[in-house]
Amino acid sequence: MRLRTFLAAGAVVSAAMAGAAQAQDMTIVSWGGAYSASQMNAYHKPYMEMNPGLNIINDESGAEAVAKLRAMAEAGNTTWDVVDVVASDAIRLCDEGLALEIDPDAMLAPAPDGTPASKDFGDFLVTPCFIPQIVYSTTFGYRTDMVGDTPPKDVCAVFDLETYPGKRSLEKRPINNMEWALMCDGVAMEDIYDMLATEEGQARAFAKLDTIKDQVVWWSAGADTPQLLADGEVVIGSTYNGRLFKLIEEDKQPVAMLWDGQVFDLDGWIIPANLSEERKERALHYIRFATDTQRLADQAKYISYGPARASSAPLVGKHATLGIDMAPHMPNEPTNMSNTLLYNYEFWADYRDDIDAKFQTWLAK
Amino acid sequence: MQRGMMANGENATGLILAADGRPLKQSLARALRLQKLRALALIAPLLIFILVTFAAPIADMLFRSVENSIVPDTLPLTVQALADWDETSGEPPGEAVFVALHQDLLAAVAAKAHTRVGSRLNYEKTGLASLLRKTGRRVKRMAEDGNLAAQFAKIHKDWVNPEIWAVIKRFSGNYTSGYFLNSIDTRLGADGIEAKPENERIYIFLFERTLLLSVAITVACLLIGYPVAFLLATLPMRTSNVLMILVLLPFWTSLLVRTSAWKVLLQQQGVINDTLVFLGLIADDARLAMINNQTGTIIAMTHILLPFMILPLYSVMRTIPPSYMRAARSLGATDWTAFWRVYFPQSVPGIGAGAILVFILAIGYYITPELVGGTSGTFISNRIAYHISSSLNWGLAAALGVILLVVVLLLYWLYDKIIGIDNVKLG
Repeated sequence: MRLRTFLAAGAVVSAAMAGAAQAQDMTIVSWGGAYSASQMNAYHKPYMEMNPGLNIINDESGAEAVAKLRAMAEAGNTTWDVVDVVASDAIRLCDEGLALEIDPDAMLAPAPDGTPASKDFGDFLVTPCFIPQIVYSTTFGYRTDMVGDTPPKDVCAVFDLETYPGKRSLEKRPINNMEWALMCDGVAMEDIYDMLATEEGQARAFAKLDTIKDQVVWWSAGADTPQLLADGEVVIGSTYNGRLFKLIEEDKQPVAMLWDGQVFDLDGWIIPANLSEERKERALHYIRFATDTQRLADQAKYISYGPARASSAPLVGKHATLGIDMAPHMPNEPTNMSNTLLYNYEFWADYRDDIDAKFQTWLAK
Repeated sequence: MQRGMMANGENATGLILAADGRPLKQSLARALRLQKLRALALIAPLLIFILVTFAAPIADMLFRSVENSIVPDTLPLTVQALADWDETSGEPPGEAVFVALHQDLLAAVAAKAHTRVGSRLNYEKTGLASLLRKTGRRVKRMAEDGNLAAQFAKIHKDWVNPEIWAVIKRFSGNYTSGYFLNSIDTRLGADGIEAKPENERIYIFLFERTLLLSVAITVACLLIGYPVAFLLATLPMRTSNVLMILVLLPFWTSLLVRTSAWKVLLQQQGVINDTLVFLGLIADDARLAMINNQTGTIIAMTHILLPFMILPLYSVMRTIPPSYMRAARSLGATDWTAFWRVYFPQSVPGIGAGAILVFILAIGYYITPELVGGTSGTFISNRIAYHISSSLNWGLAAALGVILLVVVLLLYWLYDKIIGIDNVKLG
């Protein structure tokens, strides 16, 4: 009840805001925090300098973006111009016809050496509506002062209660956890999704998760694990690599990063479908600038997420304030990539509802 | 005599007439109607506001729990052709259905609706989302050569799987019971309604847990709130005002701040555990788990909802004359008897109001259980929120919402039957 009223109220408020907005306002939706700050520095500020008279409004409702976008489309009044979403959400928005389809070679800038955008982004163009921006990973951090003399080397340390006793934090959803469970139960990397598609495979993953169930703190916000690690509430926990970078390098906590078993995912832009021609042109103009080779490399100065263009990787420099080399902190840096998984969008689009129901039941019991 | 009465406003039929010659009854009704209309006009702005911004959106949202027009709207020809197919035959449907599907999909792909119908059907049968997405990509390259069935089968063997077609046929109506069945852990199978497999039954369990925890929170609020309200009502004004501020202060603090404060207090490396370890009451490796479980939810929510119990109790207790207790005592009652037989019965309307308020607020609570509930302390509302904002299964969220609403109304009705709603006072 509360939520529904809230949604309705939200729609009313956004409608009111749209009425007040000037012709040259552009609303960009993102995740807030350090991530929005990095976009502000790398994209919005230079773009606003180049285009005086244009004002970028940063909306931080990324976490509810998909639901809100759907509600706006149903109300026939989309007030957002550009939206930052993860790839799986981009696929869903594209599936539902809520996002604009992009022709990468015509609408996005080529690499400096002339490579067309479709080649430069390569496999990261997972759906026709998605304009990739960063590669991030979900991986583990552990307390260096709580693991004794044998710091964990691989992801299966999470399931090893003997060597690493204590609480661990995992995300409160099946995605990633099921994969790690099978990986540590001896399933070969390439067989994981075939296994997960079967009842036996799912049961096997749950059985593995069962072994640590009463030691797990389940998180739902990206900031939870860093906080739990900082408080010493957990020994080891999963979160986004950029959050761990901040915890380790900026906050100087006794925490170290485990790159083994990291799960890659993509984050990028979509443009809502059914924008007026003028707003669509403006959004595309911004996107062309914000996803060119130099801009993507610039963002890595502020946050440790890897640029999604192949041509941006060599341009990644030092952190803007800490002055440390950012390349080794990128999830797609070759030395960090010895054992990785790529989020399987197709699989989870199908199995999300099914496995999630089982996961929630398993959690509750 | 008769003429005189006629002059006084009575006509030949015996009706009393008003000054303008209309029957008095009519005239009176008209005046009353006008008065009612005027009153209605006065509250019209509020009424329209509530209808437009509150009742209508809720009704619209709730309607989604049965709505299923996406399937017949997107695949109209297929649905029609499927009517002749016997799903118990164990055979996939004939060529006519595939021709219809091909035409439907051509139109659907142009309108980008095929993936939406895929997401809808995927709720009932895992795999249909990718099946329709994959097929949609290739449907333009297919030719109507009289053997479309084989072409569809080439894209994916599921297209000649009768089970897939049975699901499409079962969910091809404009309205569906699918979401409601899903929200009570059942589903529409080949032989009618069946229970879901054990490892997918969650919602009834969550409804029960929500009710149980809400009752526990209401009882906890009453046990803590009653003495506080009693104290507030009996202390001299100056002291009770200071106490009142202590009750209201947390009430004015943001919900998130209060919930986070409980995290700091209750976590294993938190203030309470640290103190207990320092005092030697518990061992360092046996710290109490008081958060991210039911205990956390009960503690945090009891604290947050406490003012809703104290305030109605307090305002009712203020109206109980202290002389009644004195009279009881002077007649020989002990303190306990005086309280239990004289004071307590008079405070019951306050208990009723407070309990209803706390219980109904608790049953729909969402933020606090999400933050401190872990896995064993989350409510049904957390699942509703998940389906609204994350899984986008709004139909299921609506069905769960309807059930929650009905349960609350039912409990309200029960309360009215047993205790009587007239017996509730806010002061």
